[in-house]
Amino acid sequence: MSLRSALAPLRQAVRVTPRRAFGSSASRQSESLFVHRDTDYNNPNIKFEFTPENLKEAQKIIDRYPPQYKKAACMPILDLGQRQNGGWTSISVMNAVAKLLEMPKMRVYEVATFYTMYNREPVATNFVQLCTTTPCQLGGCGSTKILETIESHLNVHPGQTTKDGKFTLIEVECLGACSNAPMMQINDDFYEDLTPETTIQVLQALSKGERPKPGPQSGRRTSENSAGLTTLTGPPPKPGQFNLPEFQ
Amino acid sequence: MPGRRSVIGSYQAVADIAGQRFFSTTIPRHADITLTVDGKEVTVPQGTALIQACEAAGATVPRFCYHDRLAIAGNCRMCLVEVERSPKPVASCAMPAMPGSKVFTNTPLVHKAREGVMEFLLANHPLDCPICDQGGECDLQDQSMRYGSDRTRFHEITGKRATENKDLGPIVKTSMNRCIQCTRCVRFANDVAGVEDLGTTGRGNDLQIGMYIEKTMDSEMSGNIIDLCPVGALTSKPYAFQARPWELKKTESVDVLDAVGSNIRVDSRGVQVMRVQPKINDEINEEWINDKTRYAYDGLKYQRLTTPLVREGDKFVPATWEHAMESIRHGFLNSGARGDEIKAVAGALADTESLVALKDLINRMGSENLTTDTPLGHLPSPTGSEIRSNYLFNTSIETANEADAVLLIGTNPRHEAAILNTRFRKSYLQTGAEFALIGENFDSTFEYEHVGTSAKDVESFLGGKGKGAFGKIWKEAKKPLVIVGSGVIEGKEGAAVLKAVSKHMLDNSARFLAEGWNGFSVLQRAASRTAALDVGFTPSAAASKATPKFVYLLNADDIDPSTIPENAFVVYQGHHGDLGAQFADVCLPGAAYTEKATTWVNTEGRSQMGRTAVPPPGASREDWKILRALSEVVGEPLPYDDIYTLRERMWDVSPTLLRYDTLERPSAELVTAGLKQLSSASVSAGSATAFKKPISDFYRTDPISRASVTMAACSKAFTKKEYETTQVDDAIGGQASYA
Repeated sequence: MSLRSALAPLRQAVRVTPRRAFGSSASRQSESLFVHRDTDYNNPNIKFEFTPENLKEAQKIIDRYPPQYKKAACMPILDLGQRQNGGWTSISVMNAVAKLLEMPKMRVYEVATFYTMYNREPVATNFVQLCTTTPCQLGGCGSTKILETIESHLNVHPGQTTKDGKFTLIEVECLGACSNAPMMQINDDFYEDLTPETTIQVLQALSKGERPKPGPQSGRRTSENSAGLTTLTGPPPKPGQFNLPEFQ
Repeated sequence: MPGRRSVIGSYQAVADIAGQRFFSTTIPRHADITLTVDGKEVTVPQGTALIQACEAAGATVPRFCYHDRLAIAGNCRMCLVEVERSPKPVASCAMPAMPGSKVFTNTPLVHKAREGVMEFLLANHPLDCPICDQGGECDLQDQSMRYGSDRTRFHEITGKRATENKDLGPIVKTSMNRCIQCTRCVRFANDVAGVEDLGTTGRGNDLQIGMYIEKTMDSEMSGNIIDLCPVGALTSKPYAFQARPWELKKTESVDVLDAVGSNIRVDSRGVQVMRVQPKINDEINEEWINDKTRYAYDGLKYQRLTTPLVREGDKFVPATWEHAMESIRHGFLNSGARGDEIKAVAGALADTESLVALKDLINRMGSENLTTDTPLGHLPSPTGSEIRSNYLFNTSIETANEADAVLLIGTNPRHEAAILNTRFRKSYLQTGAEFALIGENFDSTFEYEHVGTSAKDVESFLGGKGKGAFGKIWKEAKKPLVIVGSGVIEGKEGAAVLKAVSKHMLDNSARFLAEGWNGFSVLQRAASRTAALDVGFTPSAAASKATPKFVYLLNADDIDPSTIPENAFVVYQGHHGDLGAQFADVCLPGAAYTEKATTWVNTEGRSQMGRTAVPPPGASREDWKILRALSEVVGEPLPYDDIYTLRERMWDVSPTLLRYDTLERPSAELVTAGLKQLSSASVSAGSATAFKKPISDFYRTDPISRASVTMAACSKAFTKKEYETTQVDDAIGGQASYA
């Protein structure tokens, strides 16, 4: 009996120690794949060619650089390809860029996988990028609320596309509109000063095929003080207004 | 010997010019700077990396990403050192040495920096060492013991980063979890091997090495990334779990599977060759070897002739040496062969000692019929064997990358001399050398202009009718280089091509035969050919017309069966039961290149000593000893009883054979005389028949590589393109999620 009681604290200590089985560490999953997998919608056999207008545009971009550094045009031309391909960069787009710029394909793959704004999976016509970095999390009603609103309104989670194929939602890091937090970018437009209500308005307009007015949804102009201007309210001083009388 | 001294003198002069390895290979800088490393003054050429200056001062700086033959990346941060008046530790590989700077490699700051870097590197490195093939020769293992901390602050329950494995083909085994992203393999693949498929994808913690798409690494130099990998991420597939480095006996030797003569280190355990590694030789292979050199070694285990064999009816019966020798004596006497009816055929893997012994033996038996197993090997070589510069790679491998315009005639350097090809890749990338080809197109690692296909095109191009951009480049090139492939010389058009080329050389001798430059090179592809010509192993004009009754095949496995008469008595001496052995009445088992200490002469004419790594298997013997024993049996005993007297005989034949590891450049007068001889040959004009590549399958060119399982797998994967990549992960179905 005494032995058992003596062992009790020891047993307890054993129980308290968190159990970590040998080799139990979970593999850290990356949120995206950095290798290409052939699928029926994304494989090198799917043809992609720049349209004549885009080729003209591409030539303009290439002409910005010395001829021996044609590959410097890789990033803008990948963007051009992504726009032509409906907002995402398929393996065929990358191959077409490599061919156009006479560079090894791998060099284009490197660029396309490094930069997060090249979408390597298809996206919907309205590509909703919600900023959830700290200033947006704290500003206004906070991006968490906006995220919940979008999730419940569109019935998707970040990384998913709606069933009707109109919206793809993702969370992104700072887009540089912190003074108008919270904000989201849909395709090329910023929608700022969001509230749950205005967010739904924007999404509803987009799903009807309209283009809501980009910028602050609160009605203020750019990032002006929402409580009204506090400085520079009067007329600007006239020349020499504050000079001594003899110098006026 | 005044001649010899002057030759050595000029060699030394060349060595002096080569001298120190520069940080930049493109612009030689000669100004020297002085700096202090750990209180020790050291003088290095301007532009040297700080890490090299530290090495020169005797201070060891640990590193992972830095490699002195690759471009500088500066991403592992292991080489941090302290520089006076520098606010932070400095990555010494990416920082040029500055005059007067004071560098410290052994201060508390440096120790702390190294320990910190090490901790970061190990944060995501699996604890695989007991089951990792790199164990024992792992930079990470060694340096973590030497410079790392014995504990970590990494306790994240989410675990270490996991990276998907890649399937790079039958040679490179990957375990990408172990990768520390030093990018040595990427830089090697892009800059040296010329396969621009390897790169880094993703960013940050997710950065990984790979090809993005599923693809094998189709390069004849791919094995080198295994050596370059400082950790066990890239290891050798054929060697996987075979041996630990400390169990292996290391023998420095020479490769014979092409004519480059790459320096190798044969690692053996007991009687078995476990692997072949490169040995550094800046004048030949730098630090690389090709995949055939590296992986054909398993061919040494299969298809071997281990006992003498005597044909009885339609099968071979194992015999004793005495019985085999007696059978040869009977066969020889019964064949009634006399004079030139006795024919010797030397193959690609015949060593110089046995070539000399065989020539002496055949000559003593009254024959001049000394041939090779090339298509027209029964005829005298169009290059002649009197003047060395007519059949050597005169430009030398080391200086081949100085050429600013290269004309390849009927050769694919990528397959015939992969090491030379890396030099061309270097000059293509760094100095903008221009290339052109007359012959069959090939998948090249440099861009070339295709200016013709046949001997006729050679004549018209060199006759000044060169069309296209290269014709103009060729006329203005300061260091032009013509490379005539061995396939051309062995073909019907050899003499015509050599005539056209030599005429062009003589007409433009100011550029081709300038001081310190020789723009005329013949590229041999078989290890024994240069030595065969050096010792005069060619038939006399009369002998080549004789119908042989007794044929002696020395390692001759590429022989055309129609050149062996039906009723001739055939002896095959060699190490593999390949093509040549099929025709034999008696097979004598010889030793392969890893089993004998013999002389090999590479395509430049540089003689090198191969060394014995393992004993010959079974009853097989060193080749020259077999010939010595045979000479006794046929009644014409050779006058040498040991290797030393045989080498004395070799000295008499040609002293160059014994001047090991030095390159003797023929004098300008001799080169000119040789070219005059070639240009005065009376041959008909070249025909319009297109040249054919002599090597159709890089991985199966000789008895050793044909017996190799690894080479068979490579041939299937890379030549026939039938490799099935193992699917790493089939789990992704349908449309994957965004991002």
